[in-house]
Amino acid sequence: MNNSMTNLEKIRKSLSRRNRAEGLFRWAGRVAIFLGLMAVVVLFVDIIGKGHGAFRIAYIELDIDYDPEKIGIENLSDPQQLAGADWQALPKAALNKQFPGVTSRGDKRSLYGLISNGAGYDLKDRLMANPLLLGDQERVWILTDDDIDTYYKSWLAGEPYAARLTDKQVEWIAELHEQGKIRLQFNANFFTRGDSREPEQAGIRGALMGSLFTLALTLILSFPVGVAAAIYLEEFAPKNGWTDFIEVNINNLAAVPSIIFGLLGLAIFINFFHVPRSVPIVGGLVLTLMTLPTIIISSRAAIKSVPPSIREAALGMGASKYQMVLHHVLPLAMPGMLTGAIIGMAQALGESAPLLMIGMVAFIVDIPGGFSDPATVLPVQIFLWADSPERAFIEKTSAAIMVLLSFLIVMNASAVWLRKRLERRW
Amino acid sequence: MNVQRETTAKPAVMDTLEISEHQATVGNCFSDNAKMTMRNVNVFYGEKQAIFDVNVDIAKNEVIAMIGPSGCGKSTFLRSLNRMNDTVEGCRVEGDVRMDGEDLYAPKLDVVELRARVGMVFQKPNPFPKSIYDNVAYGPKIHGLADTRVDLDEIVENSLRKASLWEEVKERLHQSGTGLSGGQQQRLCIARAIAVSPEVILMDEPCSALDPIATAKIEELIEELSENFTIAIVTHSMQQAARVSHRTAYFHLGRLIEVNPTEQVFTMPEHDLTEAYITGRFG
Repeated sequence: MNNSMTNLEKIRKSLSRRNRAEGLFRWAGRVAIFLGLMAVVVLFVDIIGKGHGAFRIAYIELDIDYDPEKIGIENLSDPQQLAGADWQALPKAALNKQFPGVTSRGDKRSLYGLISNGAGYDLKDRLMANPLLLGDQERVWILTDDDIDTYYKSWLAGEPYAARLTDKQVEWIAELHEQGKIRLQFNANFFTRGDSREPEQAGIRGALMGSLFTLALTLILSFPVGVAAAIYLEEFAPKNGWTDFIEVNINNLAAVPSIIFGLLGLAIFINFFHVPRSVPIVGGLVLTLMTLPTIIISSRAAIKSVPPSIREAALGMGASKYQMVLHHVLPLAMPGMLTGAIIGMAQALGESAPLLMIGMVAFIVDIPGGFSDPATVLPVQIFLWADSPERAFIEKTSAAIMVLLSFLIVMNASAVWLRKRLERRW
Repeated sequence: MNVQRETTAKPAVMDTLEISEHQATVGNCFSDNAKMTMRNVNVFYGEKQAIFDVNVDIAKNEVIAMIGPSGCGKSTFLRSLNRMNDTVEGCRVEGDVRMDGEDLYAPKLDVVELRARVGMVFQKPNPFPKSIYDNVAYGPKIHGLADTRVDLDEIVENSLRKASLWEEVKERLHQSGTGLSGGQQQRLCIARAIAVSPEVILMDEPCSALDPIATAKIEELIEELSENFTIAIVTHSMQQAARVSHRTAYFHLGRLIEVNPTEQVFTMPEHDLTEAYITGRFG
């Protein structure tokens, strides 16, 4: 025996090594958290920096003369006249009045290019809402074209981007700005309209409603089915080769790439059952297939974590198995099940690949009003906008990401709130 | 009538005190006034046999204590009396278990009814994470014993009184049962068990998680309850067995070695193994 070192000395010696290891581990943990936070901060700064501009858009103030002759309409209740009317003539005339010196054909074209193609229809809506305006005059803020909007914002920021503007247009904008007749306003259209080829008219509402309908269906289908499957497997099914086989396959299903579910949905729901394509019904069904394994796995974990003593207590009281599950296991497992459901729903919300396969990538202008209206969803809308050439879609894309993230945060927060309410301590 | 099986290698408990393969239980296993009767009961967990050929009666309104070293099968035996073993995967019970002459393992018997008649209190207090009131009212509710709210209130109060918990909780019936102290929780579990007026109460080491004061209260309670109920109690504490029970059964490695009046077991045990255990030579 080597007695040159006492036990105490040995312990002390090892102590410093152990403390060093622990300190190192703490630091590694802090660095990891810092890196994670930095990634989130960079992401948010980038997205908000790019996207915040989309919530404001440039408007030009013009004196609109609702002259029946110019529009080519006399009776607002005659559908034929309404269809044939030239609404865009209203803002054009107002522009001519604002800039009387513009006479040449080319200049007029770039003058009319200041405002959005849809400006006339906005005026039509105003007129229809208030028919007394016909023949009257009004000062209205008119939506600008996306190129003008982009330029005006960049010009305000001190880095003018005039690549797509004529020199005349640049002059006119400076002139309007001096007169206070061009300004940025809250972009309500972004939240109230569907998609459009014109960036200044494009809105997120269609995709938002599409996501809402699709996810509602996914939740309605996948939560009850997933929970029922989990309860059966965990509490009622005999433990044998078959249930092992099912369990392995559910786990495999959770790992299947989502695009495969899209192909499956295309083959089964659309080609075999003839569910219409591009609608929230088929999107919800496909996302249900994708979400089910997640919900089943997390629900089983939640059921497993209910202490066996509670089961024994219930059975010992003479509760039937069904009563035991319904009265005791389910309420105690519910918070965990909800957590699983919300993870599954968050996944489903961000999913675009399987939806591409079932036609939810279509260009859809109308806002879906139900489960069977053609729709797209937020991530697909982001994909579509990111793919568009117009510069104004850059900020729209980031803004759409912000909407998607807010949707996610609201969803998660409500789940956390629900879980807190349902949680019971024992 | 003994169908004995080969046992696997037994741990060498004491060189001189090996159990013979074919020995019968010594003492007074049987009763003229039997509430429950067990004949040739064998219990298996998969391939492993946990209980070997147990024959014993439990008399009406008696308190019978099961003692023995850890792993001797007393809890398994207790749980075969209300078929709680059914919930254990791979558990199989052979032999004849009857209550008032009725075969408890008959295929047509409903375990829900059986467990209403044979209540159980577990080792660790396991109140439901609900209010005190709901804990006690749960049994009567699921079995439909109370027609009106007033009846239910009465059952709850009576059960809590019988479990000597009423005075302590009457002001907070609607607070969570899990907020009570360990001893109170266990008495709540007893109240919950007696709320459905069972005929037999099984107690599986009901005091092992409690301090001495709470233990004393439960023991006092067991004595009172024995006026109305038949009680079978598993305990690790020989003092407890001596204090509360009328008869004591000594289990050893899955075999019932001796059943005798408690006084006799602790003063003049018939079997050498029993004596070795109660004198603390192993356990």
